[in-house]
Amino acid sequence: MATLDLKNVRKVYAGAVEAVKKVDLAIPDGALCVLVGPSGCGKSTLLRMIAGLESITEGEIVIDGRVVNDLGPAERDIAMVFQNYALYPHMSVYDNMAYGLRNRRMAKPEIDRRVREAAATLELAHLLARRPRELSGGQRQRVAMGRAIVRNPKVFLFDEPLSNLDAKLRGQMRVEIKNLQRSLGVTSVYVTHDQLEAMTLADILVVMNGGNVEQIGAPLEIYEKPASLFVASFIGAPPMNLLALKPGEGRPVLVDGTTIGGEGLSFSKEAATLGIRPENLFLVTGDSNGSRPDATLDIVVQAIEPVGAESFIYGDAGKERLVIRVAGKTVVEPGAKIRVGANAADLHIFDEAGKRI
Amino acid sequence: MTKVGGQKDHPVPRAIFPNKVLPYLLLAPQLAITAIFFYWPASQALYQSMLREDPFGLSTQFVGLANFRHVLADPNYLHSFQVTIIFAVATAVFAMVPALYLAVMADKVVRGRGIYRTLLIWPYAVAPAIAGMLWLFLFNPSIGTIAVMLRSLGISWDPLLNGPQAMILVVAAAAWKQISYNFLFFVAGLQAIPKSLVEAASIDGAGETKRFWTIIFPLLAPTSFFLLVINTVYAFFDTFGIIHAVTGGGPGKATETLVYKVYNDGFVNLILGESAAQSVILMVIVIALTAVQFRYVERRVHYG
Repeated sequence: MATLDLKNVRKVYAGAVEAVKKVDLAIPDGALCVLVGPSGCGKSTLLRMIAGLESITEGEIVIDGRVVNDLGPAERDIAMVFQNYALYPHMSVYDNMAYGLRNRRMAKPEIDRRVREAAATLELAHLLARRPRELSGGQRQRVAMGRAIVRNPKVFLFDEPLSNLDAKLRGQMRVEIKNLQRSLGVTSVYVTHDQLEAMTLADILVVMNGGNVEQIGAPLEIYEKPASLFVASFIGAPPMNLLALKPGEGRPVLVDGTTIGGEGLSFSKEAATLGIRPENLFLVTGDSNGSRPDATLDIVVQAIEPVGAESFIYGDAGKERLVIRVAGKTVVEPGAKIRVGANAADLHIFDEAGKRI
Repeated sequence: MTKVGGQKDHPVPRAIFPNKVLPYLLLAPQLAITAIFFYWPASQALYQSMLREDPFGLSTQFVGLANFRHVLADPNYLHSFQVTIIFAVATAVFAMVPALYLAVMADKVVRGRGIYRTLLIWPYAVAPAIAGMLWLFLFNPSIGTIAVMLRSLGISWDPLLNGPQAMILVVAAAAWKQISYNFLFFVAGLQAIPKSLVEAASIDGAGETKRFWTIIFPLLAPTSFFLLVINTVYAFFDTFGIIHAVTGGGPGKATETLVYKVYNDGFVNLILGESAAQSVILMVIVIALTAVQFRYVERRVHYG
């Protein structure tokens, strides 16, 4: 049980490539922190720095109040689950889990107890004598988890542990990891590029881009108030609709001159981009007088994607492409002209630099 | 996981030649070379191994398996067998252990990795006889630089008279030449081990030495076994040039390996029938070793 703090952590590779730029992060005891971002954003590098597999150029990494910068991976009391599982192919499942304990000269009966306990938790008890190559992807994943939990470490590190599994198994393992982490209460850092995985797993979500931390917060908080254009477009599927505004207008006028209808809508003069999530847009029919949307826009429907419980309508407003999410099936046909509306509270405004206003 | 290959679903289409003779014509050159340079000499050896011939080829007598019986009962031949085994084992060990060490070290180098590797592979390009001469000069009791050093250390170095010392010299020359080859395979073997395994082991608290013996070495086993077979075959059959240049099988018969004895008995002593019988025995050994190797390569342990 431990806290994990990153203080001004920086990583510069030879050749002056700045992989991680000044990251500050405090993870409380027992929390699951997810680092999410596109590939090359520095999330894996950061995780490997916490693990001790990469040197730290600047700053401090503190586990449970102790600076671990100069400690080797073995001395940091962490356990890591690798993307390819990194199971020792020449050892049985039992030996894979026992290896770390044997290296620490733990007594045999204690090793046996811990391995069997972990195997029971992970439903691996009947597979202990097998070699990794005789296991399915999901089972290998469990062994990798088992190898981490037998150690009873202060911090768990997960490096995209589910990306080698098929979609169905991934969903299943995601729930298992979450439950396991919660029941063990071990502070964890989890790296993924999958925003859905990030949203569902995280207690603390850290969105990274180009070596920078774009935003830190609870998943829903980030979803509802993205701090930047990048976060807005990265979190959420389908992504947020982003409309470029005519600069300096202070009113919702798109670049091509289309005005977004609505009364009393005015923005700061710096507003450069208007963002609206697909589920916050709704169809405005001519005769509906009940609720008046704060903003309306006329679009031409280009395509419909019915997915069953919901449908996505893709349409163009001038040069901008929008996606609207509606519940159930929709009667709209491609080619139709429709009016969509939104409430002012659901609008996200970003400035020229992509920062939220 | 992506499905790789799937040869059963899409078999490689068979080439169909409209002309029935053409495929045989295309194969003919290769078949001719195999027949002329492999099967014909082999059959000649087999045939001659059952003949007794005088050195001038004036009289020939069919003796059946008498040559084999004579060779296998000959204490000189058995001694040569023993010499070969010692030579082969020592050469394999001294060719593989330093190669593994160098490969592990070269794998750790980050900057200039390519240069190290290239330089370490060069010795393989040196011809056996040249390699032998090089070592002969270095260790020559009267003019060799290393011989002088050894003598100043109080070792009475004289491979021309001392059998074990002569053996050390040929083993050194033979192993030295093979190190590069082994190095190449070990480097490839090391590269095939996922880096994350080593990282996982270091998180699991294994120090560098422990990681090597518990993770890397076991995972290199397929490479090591393959090289063991290759090096043994090399020591058995490909070291004629080195032995010929360095010791000529001497002093006495201290470094006369089986291959060298075939040459000595056949072309120096002109005991043609027995020499042929010896080469047939060698042929059987090669076939056995090759069979072991192929069997192994086919069933090669695939980890992961």
